[in-house]
Amino acid sequence: MGLLINISYFLAAALFILGLKRMSSPVTARGGIVWAGAGMVVATLVTFMTPGLHNFGWMILALAIGGGLAWYTGKKVAMTDMPQMIAIYNGMGGGAAAAIAAVELMGGEFYSRTFQVLAVIGAMIGSIAFSGSMIAFAKLQGLMKRSLVFNGQQLFNLLVFAGLLIFGFLIMGAEHPSSFSILVFFGLALLFGVMMTLPIGGADMPVVISLYNALTGLAVAFEGFVLGNAAMIIAGTVVGSAGTLLTQLMAKAMNRPISNVLFSGFGSGGGAGAEQQDAGGVMKEIDATDAAVMMAYADKVIIVPGYGMAVAQAQHKVWEFAQLLESRGVTVKFAIHPVAGRMPGHMNVLLAEAGVPYDKIYDLEEINNEFPQADVALVIGANDVVNPVARTNPDSPIYGMPILDVDKAQNVIVVKRGKGKGFSGVENALFFLDNTRMLYGDGQDVAGKLIAEAKQL
Amino acid sequence: MIEGFTALYIFMLAGFTGYEIISRVPVILHTPLMSGSNFVHGIVLVGAMVALGHAETDMEVLVGFIGVLLGAGNAVGGYVVTERMLEMFKSSKEAG
Repeated sequence: MGLLINISYFLAAALFILGLKRMSSPVTARGGIVWAGAGMVVATLVTFMTPGLHNFGWMILALAIGGGLAWYTGKKVAMTDMPQMIAIYNGMGGGAAAAIAAVELMGGEFYSRTFQVLAVIGAMIGSIAFSGSMIAFAKLQGLMKRSLVFNGQQLFNLLVFAGLLIFGFLIMGAEHPSSFSILVFFGLALLFGVMMTLPIGGADMPVVISLYNALTGLAVAFEGFVLGNAAMIIAGTVVGSAGTLLTQLMAKAMNRPISNVLFSGFGSGGGAGAEQQDAGGVMKEIDATDAAVMMAYADKVIIVPGYGMAVAQAQHKVWEFAQLLESRGVTVKFAIHPVAGRMPGHMNVLLAEAGVPYDKIYDLEEINNEFPQADVALVIGANDVVNPVARTNPDSPIYGMPILDVDKAQNVIVVKRGKGKGFSGVENALFFLDNTRMLYGDGQDVAGKLIAEAKQL
Repeated sequence: MIEGFTALYIFMLAGFTGYEIISRVPVILHTPLMSGSNFVHGIVLVGAMVALGHAETDMEVLVGFIGVLLGAGNAVGGYVVTERMLEMFKSSKEAG
């Protein structure tokens, strides 16, 4: 029996790595998740055969409730809400790792002191990832509108962390840690996760979710050591390092060092965006008819969608319009900024949902030198990621952020709901350029009008 | 039990593996991949099952129960959303 279990865990670990590898290319990605899924099923089934287990009734009940709820919510969630859903599932993993540690600590029988230390570290990381992810979920879901910032917050957090470390060491050192110290330890760890996440603004949340994803992986790996489970060690460590790299990539794309994300409150209102300058000049309007004509007779149109387009649920209509243009012989490409949407790659998912093939979608580096040859750049619901100020004005809070060079296109049409500012609160100089025309209206309405006009040509 | 340096070696090699897998991933797959890696650490479920299976006192059973419940949520939820996202990625040829 032991051999069968070991072979199965070995197989599962291999399938996870192969699955993740396949998921990193769009051609094989769909198969990748199925491979990893097969690994998970094998590992779960074989675990029932582990010698000396009892409480099978509770086990199956917990599996049914947890799995059932997750299945139902996962099937129902809208693509626009995907980031917070990932946060909540990730938090559950962190919580599970913490629960394993709690059971082992209460049982109080460790193979060696090293394992006890690892269990405590894993418990700490898992708990922080759990409560932190729940706050991230609440924020992105709009359950918490404002970021909590108060005087002496950093000091308070430091005290919580110090207390957490003290109780952590107490538990590590004790032969049989008391229930009281275990309880306080987990309470402080959960509190720290909450306090750490509360001041972080919605715009930075993807980076934080990604960080908690990596942390959960690490916690799982540590608990894997404690239980002597190689599949958990390997899967957890792979996710830990992959998640760390992914976090760095995201932070880089947003031009926000991870330390800034964690220890300042940008994107939460005050601070950086405070001094506003008017970009000067006037915004020039265009109506749907003229815009449709301009694009229908162009050679090349680059569409730049932003989160605003997804909020307006306009992606299906935009793709329909793009297909109309293509049928007239216009080359249409979609340009996606790394942070378009709520997290890197989120916009690709939303476009894929509308049926846009992935080979028509280009990222920043691929498309940026094509803008000068484009007759029209159509910006829908994007703002900060096309603001040329990021290239030109060192005083701007978004200076240095990589942007799509939309302003270099022959003509720019910006579809926008009103005259407001972007997520960062910075005035957009693009709107005032000579080659820019503003097309005001709800994304879906405007796209509908463009389709109607283009059909009549 | 996996001990001492063997454990360290596994840790190191798995760490590099994760780094290598991700380093060549295109931006368009970042969200599904984050979701996919989130699913992979759902393997915590098997650990939670073992912990619950060894639980003796009522308190241990309760905490173990919560652990399995959360672990199952991580694994199942992670799979469902990742699969839903990746299912939609199609090239021009496939879209017809």
